[in-house]
Amino acid sequence: MKKQYAWLLALSLVLSMFLAACSGGDKETADDNKKPADEPKVEQTLNFINGDTIPSMDPSLGTDEYAFQFLGATMEGLYRLDEKGQVSDGIATEHKVSDDGKTWTFTLREDAKWSNGDPVTANDFVYAWQRAVDPATGSEYGPYMMGGVIKNATAVNKGEVPVDQLGVKADGDFTLVVELENATPYFESLTTFGTFLPLNKKFVEEKGDTFATSADTLLSNGPFKFSTWTSTAQEWDLVKNETYWDAKTVKLEKMHYVVVKDPQTAVDLYEKGEVDRAGLSSDLVDQYATHDDYTVEPDTSVFYLKLNQTKNKALANVNVRAAISRAFDKQALVDEILNNGSIVANGLVPKDFVPTPDGKDFREVSGDQVTYDVKKAKEFWEKGLAELGTKEVTIELLGGDAEVSKMMNQYLANQLSTNLPGLKVTLKEVPFEQRLELDTAMDYDMQFAGWGPDFLDPYTYMNLWLTDGGNNQMGYSNPEYDKLVNETATTLAQDPEARNKNFLKAEKILFEDAAIAPVYQRASALLVSPKVQGVFTNAFGATYEYKWASVGAAE
Amino acid sequence: MTRYLLRRVWYMLITLFIIATFSFFLMKILPGSPLNAEDKLSEEQKEIILEKYGLNDPIPVQYAKYLGGLVKGDLGVSFKFDNTPVTAILFDRIGPSALLGFQALVVGSILGIFLGLMASIFRNSPIDFSSTIIAVIGTSIPSFVFAGLLQYVFAVKLGWFPVALWGEFEHTILPTIALAIHPMATAARFTRTEMVEVLHSNYIITARAKGVSESGIILKHGLRNALIPLITVLGPMAVGLMTGSMVIEQIFAIPGIGEQFVTSVMVNDYPTIMGTTLLFAFGFIVIILIIDLLYGLIDPRIRLAGGK
Repeated sequence: MKKQYAWLLALSLVLSMFLAACSGGDKETADDNKKPADEPKVEQTLNFINGDTIPSMDPSLGTDEYAFQFLGATMEGLYRLDEKGQVSDGIATEHKVSDDGKTWTFTLREDAKWSNGDPVTANDFVYAWQRAVDPATGSEYGPYMMGGVIKNATAVNKGEVPVDQLGVKADGDFTLVVELENATPYFESLTTFGTFLPLNKKFVEEKGDTFATSADTLLSNGPFKFSTWTSTAQEWDLVKNETYWDAKTVKLEKMHYVVVKDPQTAVDLYEKGEVDRAGLSSDLVDQYATHDDYTVEPDTSVFYLKLNQTKNKALANVNVRAAISRAFDKQALVDEILNNGSIVANGLVPKDFVPTPDGKDFREVSGDQVTYDVKKAKEFWEKGLAELGTKEVTIELLGGDAEVSKMMNQYLANQLSTNLPGLKVTLKEVPFEQRLELDTAMDYDMQFAGWGPDFLDPYTYMNLWLTDGGNNQMGYSNPEYDKLVNETATTLAQDPEARNKNFLKAEKILFEDAAIAPVYQRASALLVSPKVQGVFTNAFGATYEYKWASVGAAE
Repeated sequence: MTRYLLRRVWYMLITLFIIATFSFFLMKILPGSPLNAEDKLSEEQKEIILEKYGLNDPIPVQYAKYLGGLVKGDLGVSFKFDNTPVTAILFDRIGPSALLGFQALVVGSILGIFLGLMASIFRNSPIDFSSTIIAVIGTSIPSFVFAGLLQYVFAVKLGWFPVALWGEFEHTILPTIALAIHPMATAARFTRTEMVEVLHSNYIITARAKGVSESGIILKHGLRNALIPLITVLGPMAVGLMTGSMVIEQIFAIPGIGEQFVTSVMVNDYPTIMGTTLLFAFGFIVIILIIDLLYGLIDPRIRLAGGK
């Protein structure tokens, strides 16, 4: 038995080495072709702006985009997302899924090391995942990302069973066995997320309360490591991690970061050549849209109006909701107000997020579910008013209180009341935190809200509107929608074709019911120096991927 | 004098206690919680985390615990920066703010006094008018507008100074000027008004009659007396610098305490909000105490009244 196992291991090792050699070889030849043109050699250093300090580098405690950004750059989980959004080799080289889809067995590479020289083992994953759901840790993303996915995660978090009952076990040093609550087809992409990163138990326990508060109290197993950083620092450096198993792929030697919050200052620094990338706020876009380095970076966050069916009688009427979702010009909103490359959303699942099994974009296949159409909107409106037996309706719009949000709220209110005769829209603009409270209490009529994905699967959007879903909070309920969406996570979990069909059907139902009114899909406008090469954005998790980045010649 | 000082320190402690109490309860009225993924967690999951941070206790219990820590000099651990004590954050951030504030106060008052002095000597001349115009502009235009202008002209266009960031002395120049403009304007106005008044008083006429030189009259007899009311406005000026620094630090991307204060309010980082508020309050109280003591040194009448 043991021998067989060893053989298997050796075989997979040889295979993985062969594969690594192949892909490495490819890159090298590409390099060789390029080299003569790239001479003289440029310094492989990039300077970037970060919007704020990195409050935490503890994978279990990280919650914000910056934590996940730098966790992604300095650490590596089972897999890593590549340029096409596909999982590529990480600490794991391959995995097998049991027939019922509930047991995943990952084979880990044996040459992966922490920056202190210790090997990265399966036990490091077991420890980190247990820590993430342990109620004593107080993690936010642990129970959120693992709950309902990994066996017993929720029970462990509630303290009902001890942490060692979590469905993750090490079988030797280099085999990780994960048991799931249900077959979870998107589990592969989940393993690239910050919360699922491994941790060196000895190191974490030795550092105690100071763990992950400075460069000295961190261990790295990814492409880069911090050379200077503390949790309150406004300036820090990342350098190439020579102990990374795939260090030969990493070309970038150093990244220098400074915290700059004022968009104008960021652009000024960019113009002075002190930083290689600067974000543009809406008011700066006009001035810089003709700049040579102007770029639009697409995003997968979708924004929509939630139409609460439980508070305002008018919104309980499907025709009224259908009218509202067609009665505002989204194109003008993204062009005039957002002005940053954001695009109109005519469905729920964003564009360029997930492909269907036959390789097309889900959004494209699903098509426009609800578009701006005043004529149709008016028809629905008349019908709705007749059913309600009234001529006038007042609806409150709940939205954010940031400058751009206010403009959007006012614009939407104006569009709706102009295009739908007899409709009066009042505004309620509150800070984000308060909006969440009103959402939880379902104390609103219409709400301007949005959602960013937590994993690469339409389910991350579709499960929002399940009856009594944690984020539904608008009284939407359709048994058929529930059935279709739930099937994708249970009975049909292992059948990509059938799941895709269900998602398509479910999205159609959602808009036949006019449950939400999609508005736009976000993008951001930036100035990016042409010398920044090979950096790409992820649909979720770490915003930027730097593993394959390099500095090109200046011009 | 010692008794006076002791009494003042006692009052200071009471003031701080009242401020701590007010801020604590005001802060609890802020909507939201320090959780970041609030929209994603179930009620049960939220409870588990709030429990860990001690936020499930009744507010009076939390308040008692906080005061207990405060007495021991423990400001708690930040919610935003995991495992980082608030005192460490404050120590980390106070340096740049204190340096900028000090430089701005010195530059502002020296320039302001000089401007005011010139205006009062050459009264109703072009010098006087331009000084008044500078003073009016300085008081009425907010410092962040100056900051943006200075940054654009001297850093972006002329390239004389760094655009932003922190490190060398040259990084402090533009923010110091931006911060100094308001104190300068205030000092100029006060100095001019007081000097004009003082120069008309009887003892100046006496000094003149005794044949004291003009420079002696202005500097020794005039300015010294004119400065007393100026010291009164030093306090409000220092406070102005503290609040002004919140915006200036953001514009010049300076790792200061004002910038930190704004951030912690935005993310509901309760211990850091309390820590920075108390630090601002403490700074203000100390400045007022120093000014009161200075008063006694400069004006003998006040010393008598305070020392009884």
